[in-house]
Amino acid sequence: MLLAIDIGMVLEKFILIAVVVMGSLLIAMYTTFAERKVAAILQDRRGPNRAGPFGLLQPVADGLKLFFKEEIIPNFSSKALFILGPSLAMLTAIMTGAVIPWGDKVHFFDRDIQLQIADIDVGILYVFAVVSLGVYGIMIGSWASNNKFSLMGGLRAASQIISYELPMGLSLIALLMVTGNLSLKEMVLQQQAGDFWNVVYQPLGFLIFLICAFAECNRTPFDLPEAENELIGGYHTEYSSMKLGFYLFSEYINMFVSSVIMATLFFGGYDVPFLDESTIATNWAALWGILALMAKVVVFIFIFMWVRWTIPRFRYDQLMNLGWKVLIPLALFNMLLTGALVLLKANNWHF
Amino acid sequence: MQALTNRVKEVERKPLSFMERLYLPAIFKGMFITFMHMFKKKPTINYPEKTRPFSPVFRGIQILNRDAEGRENCTACGLCAVACPAEAITMEAAERKVGEEHLYREEKYAVKYEINMLRCIFCGLCEEACPKDAIYLSETFAAADYQRKQFVYDKKDLLIPHPIEEPEAYKKALGNKPKKETIN
Repeated sequence: MLLAIDIGMVLEKFILIAVVVMGSLLIAMYTTFAERKVAAILQDRRGPNRAGPFGLLQPVADGLKLFFKEEIIPNFSSKALFILGPSLAMLTAIMTGAVIPWGDKVHFFDRDIQLQIADIDVGILYVFAVVSLGVYGIMIGSWASNNKFSLMGGLRAASQIISYELPMGLSLIALLMVTGNLSLKEMVLQQQAGDFWNVVYQPLGFLIFLICAFAECNRTPFDLPEAENELIGGYHTEYSSMKLGFYLFSEYINMFVSSVIMATLFFGGYDVPFLDESTIATNWAALWGILALMAKVVVFIFIFMWVRWTIPRFRYDQLMNLGWKVLIPLALFNMLLTGALVLLKANNWHF
Repeated sequence: MQALTNRVKEVERKPLSFMERLYLPAIFKGMFITFMHMFKKKPTINYPEKTRPFSPVFRGIQILNRDAEGRENCTACGLCAVACPAEAITMEAAERKVGEEHLYREEKYAVKYEINMLRCIFCGLCEEACPKDAIYLSETFAAADYQRKQFVYDKKDLLIPHPIEEPEAYKKALGNKPKKETIN
């Protein structure tokens, strides 16, 4: 039969997609709040504490404010592209969540439900493809606004992401030499079964990946596309209301997603350290797994913010120097070293 | 080049050492510094809920005093208006009628007493000039209103709440300032 589609599976995937999308939106919302709080605490301030208890309703208030702002589409912009820009940025930011294993599996209604929307064999390549699509949102939006500052921001974003995608990919190749596959789920399972997380095998690779992730998310010290004090608002200069909100929001979702990716690739994903998952019930194991992943993600997001409020922005030539003259050679060296070690190991440590 | 003074300092232009060129140690140092700031005491106070303690000589908005039985102290002598360098105070005097003894302490009182808060410079000279301890500067300071004319405070804005009829409001209006001995 051609249409032997399991309705149950369709349903479970739908629910999973809804949960993942809503979850990342919610987390992005509270990341904006956390950002302001962390910034405040690092600068001896108090941060938002008026809306709701401890200011917890602040992101809701911010969102409402953005909704009530006047929607301005500049007269000389190309309107379709102007609207496409933020939509694309948001879309690509959310799409990445599809291949991430959020947990192992849960057992409900006599079904094993994998906590991953799609376990595709080329998971990490999919992530890379979607992430590099993300810059189109910025480019199209900035170009369509017909504003010099926006265009500058868009140009910067494009060249920055091209420059940093290379060392990121190269550092990943070294990681792939160690793991030997591209599926994110497999990688987590390997790290769960193995003695150490991948970061132990690839410390340099992780460092390069981390730096590139900062650049890919347009976070300080690499927030040149935005660069408030030189480019007004960079690529989103002309944007207002919820379209601006989409851009800002997609940045936070990207931050969340790259934290998840880093946790999955280098820090064992949903693997709970010092715990043998097979000894406890499936559902509990899944819950602990999700919590472990989220804890790792929170740590990464904190590092993102911590760096933002510590290091000032790079100059553009410094950015390019770092990308092309430091990170790429370093990543190549890392690749060479890893390759040599992998070969040596395969040869039982004999030359 | 000949130096003009002997205070010239040679600027060091050594090339960066390897550790400095690595850049990462400097970043970690900076991140350590910002991290330690998380544990510092925050200088901000949550203002409307908490206020800083005032000094005993703090000079806020004026208040017209009553004695312990709730009678107005002011006799409309006009010394405060004379003392006022900003000329913010105006008043009109009247004689106390029979049967008003519970309202005014002495035979003369102020029917009208206005302070233009937009003129007032909170110098406290009115308080010093007053022989009857009728006016003093309270600890209230954040005056706010929608119109300029509302800032001409008249008696109903300035009078302290009645100590017997509204003892709590009276206490609050007194504030924590140490009071001068009441002259009787």
